[in-house]
Amino acid sequence: MTDDEIVIRIRGLSNRFGEQVVHEGLDLDVRRGEILGVVGGSGTGKSVMMRSVIGLQTPAEGEVEVLGENMVGRNEDEAKNIRRRWGILFQNGALFSTLTVAENIEVPIHEYFPFLSPSLVDEIASYKLAMGGLSPDAGPKFPSELSGGMVKRAGLARALALDPELLFLDEPTAGLDPIAAAAFDELILSLQQRLELTVFLITHDLDTLYAICDRVAVLADRKVIAVGTIPELLALDHPWIQEYFNGPRGRAAANSSEEPARV
Amino acid sequence: MAATTPPLQSAGDNEPFRVDGALTISRAATTEREIQAAPDPLTIDLSGVERMDTVGAWLIYRTVRDRDARVVGATPQAQSLLDQVAEFDHPARVRPEERPGVVRLFSELGEWVSESGRTLVGLLGFFGGTLIGFGNLIRRPRRFRWNAVVQRFDVVGIRALGIIGLMSFLIGVVIGQQGAVQLAQFGAESFTINLIGRITVRELGPLMTAIMVAGRSGSAFAAQLGTMKITEEIDAMRTIGVSPVEALVIPRVIASVIMMPLLAFWAMLMSLLGGGIFVWLFLEIPPLTYIQRLQEVIPITDLWIGLIKAPVFGLIIALAGCFQGMLVEGNSEEVGLRTTTAVVQAIFLVIVLDAVFAVFFSSIGWK
Repeated sequence: MTDDEIVIRIRGLSNRFGEQVVHEGLDLDVRRGEILGVVGGSGTGKSVMMRSVIGLQTPAEGEVEVLGENMVGRNEDEAKNIRRRWGILFQNGALFSTLTVAENIEVPIHEYFPFLSPSLVDEIASYKLAMGGLSPDAGPKFPSELSGGMVKRAGLARALALDPELLFLDEPTAGLDPIAAAAFDELILSLQQRLELTVFLITHDLDTLYAICDRVAVLADRKVIAVGTIPELLALDHPWIQEYFNGPRGRAAANSSEEPARV
Repeated sequence: MAATTPPLQSAGDNEPFRVDGALTISRAATTEREIQAAPDPLTIDLSGVERMDTVGAWLIYRTVRDRDARVVGATPQAQSLLDQVAEFDHPARVRPEERPGVVRLFSELGEWVSESGRTLVGLLGFFGGTLIGFGNLIRRPRRFRWNAVVQRFDVVGIRALGIIGLMSFLIGVVIGQQGAVQLAQFGAESFTINLIGRITVRELGPLMTAIMVAGRSGSAFAAQLGTMKITEEIDAMRTIGVSPVEALVIPRVIASVIMMPLLAFWAMLMSLLGGGIFVWLFLEIPPLTYIQRLQEVIPITDLWIGLIKAPVFGLIIALAGCFQGMLVEGNSEEVGLRTTTAVVQAIFLVIVLDAVFAVFFSSIGWK
C-alpha cells in the first residue's frame, strides 16, 4: 500500500485530562475510500480521538496526519486549507440555532468562497439539502423546528457543503428510530459511493457496522486493539470484542445482515 | 495535483465553449460569469476538464436546464456527477417567507401589543403560582430547601457587597460634590449634608441597589432557568415530582426579598461614608459634626421608607428573572433575549413602583 492511500494516520497518540489517561500510544490508519467504523465502550475516548484528528483537542503526545498534512501544532491559517477538505457531523447536529437549515449549509460556502453570487449559493444549498435527504420545505426552517432525524440530515448536508474528501460522523444514528437509522445508513453508503468519500464513523450501532462499514477499529485499554473486517475481528480472542459481537444484540445484528435484502 | 490552466476559453459564435482544468467551487464565480456572457445557442465542451466537483456540475447542469445548452466530451465520471446533481434538483427556499413592509409593520405592532398584554397577565399568574408554592411550603415546611436558599444568599447578597459598596460610595461623593457646588451659590453649603443624607437613605440607596441587583442577579436567574429549560432539566424535575417553583423559584425569591433590604442598608451606609469623606476634605466639616448633623436631618421615617421599598424591589426582580427564564423555548438566542427582557422589565417596574411609593409615603405624611 502506498502512503497516498492513507488519509488519516495516527501514531503514538496520547491524551490526558489531569490524572485521567484517555489514550496511550494509539495508532490508527484510515485508507482512502473506505468507511471505517470506530467502536468501543462508553468512556474509551472515541470522541476524544476524533477531536484530536480534527484539531479540536491538542494531544499530549503523538502525531496526527490528515490528507498528508500534519495536524498537531498547526496554526489556524494553515489548518484552514485542510478544514475545507473535510466535513464533520457532530453527535447532536451542532446546527447554528439562529440560522435556517439552508443558511447553515451556506455557512462553510460563504466562509471559504465569499465571492460566489448569492443566487448560486442558494442553489448549491438547495441541492445539498436534497443530497442530505431532506425535502425542500426543510430549507427555511430553524433547527428548533426539526425532528432528531432531520437535524442529523441537515448536519450531514452542512458537512457535505464543500464536497469534502473526508467525512467524520460522530454517532450518526444515535437517537434515531430503527427505520430512520437504516435509512440514514443507506444515505451514508450511497453518498460515500457516489462522491468517493472516505468516512470515519464513530458508532454504537451494530446494525450500522454490519450494513456499511468496510473495516472496524476497536478502542479499548486506551488504544486501538484491533482493526479489520468483522469476520477478522470475530476470529480474535479478546473478551471485549467477543462480548461485543457475540452478545445478544451483536448476534441479532449479524443475523439480520445475513437475511436476504429487505424489500 | 496538476497545475490548472485557465478553464474557459471564449470561442466564436457557434464553436463550443471549452472548459479546461478545474471545474470546481474555487473557480465557480468566474465560470458562472463566463457562461452567462456566452451567447446562445451554447455548446459546452467538457473534454478538457481535469477535476470537477458537484458545484461545477451544478453550473453545467443549470445551463443545460435553463438555456438548452448541449454538453459534449463529458467523461463517465463527469457524466455521473451531472446525473447526480440533476437528481438532487429540488429548489428550496433559504429563508422563511417575508411579508411586505406595511403588513409587517402592523403585524409586528399587533404582536408587540398582544405580547405585552400576555406578559403582564403571565407575570401576575406567575406571582400567583409562586404564592401557591409558598402556601404549600407553609403547610409542609419539611420540603423547604434551606441549602438552596442559603446558596442564593451568598450569590445574591454576599458577592454583591463589593460592587454595590463601591458604587454607593462613589454616588455619595458625587452627590456631595454636585450639591456643594450648587448650594454654594446661595451660601448654603452646610445643607449639603441634608442633601446627601436624605437622598441616599430615602431614594438612591434602594433604587441603585435594585438596579444593580437586577443587572447582576435578575439576569442570572433568567439565564440559568432558561438554560435549564432548553436542556430539559426543568421537565426532568417535573417528572420526578419536584416542583420547579419550589426548587428554583422560591429560593431565589426568598433570597432576593431578604437580601435587598440588607444590601440597600449597606448601600446607604457607603453613600453616607462617601459623602462624609467629601465634606470633610473639601468643606472641612469634621466627621463628628457630620454624624451629628445626619442624626438631626434624617427623619427615621426616611430609613423606614428605604427599607420597606427594598424587599418589594427584590420580589419584582426575582419574579421577572424567573418568569422570563421559564418562558424560554427553543434555542440559545432565546435565552439572551429573555435575559435582556428580564432586566429591562425588572428595572422598569422598580422605577414605576418607586414613583408610586413616593406619592404614597408623601400622602401619609412621611415627608
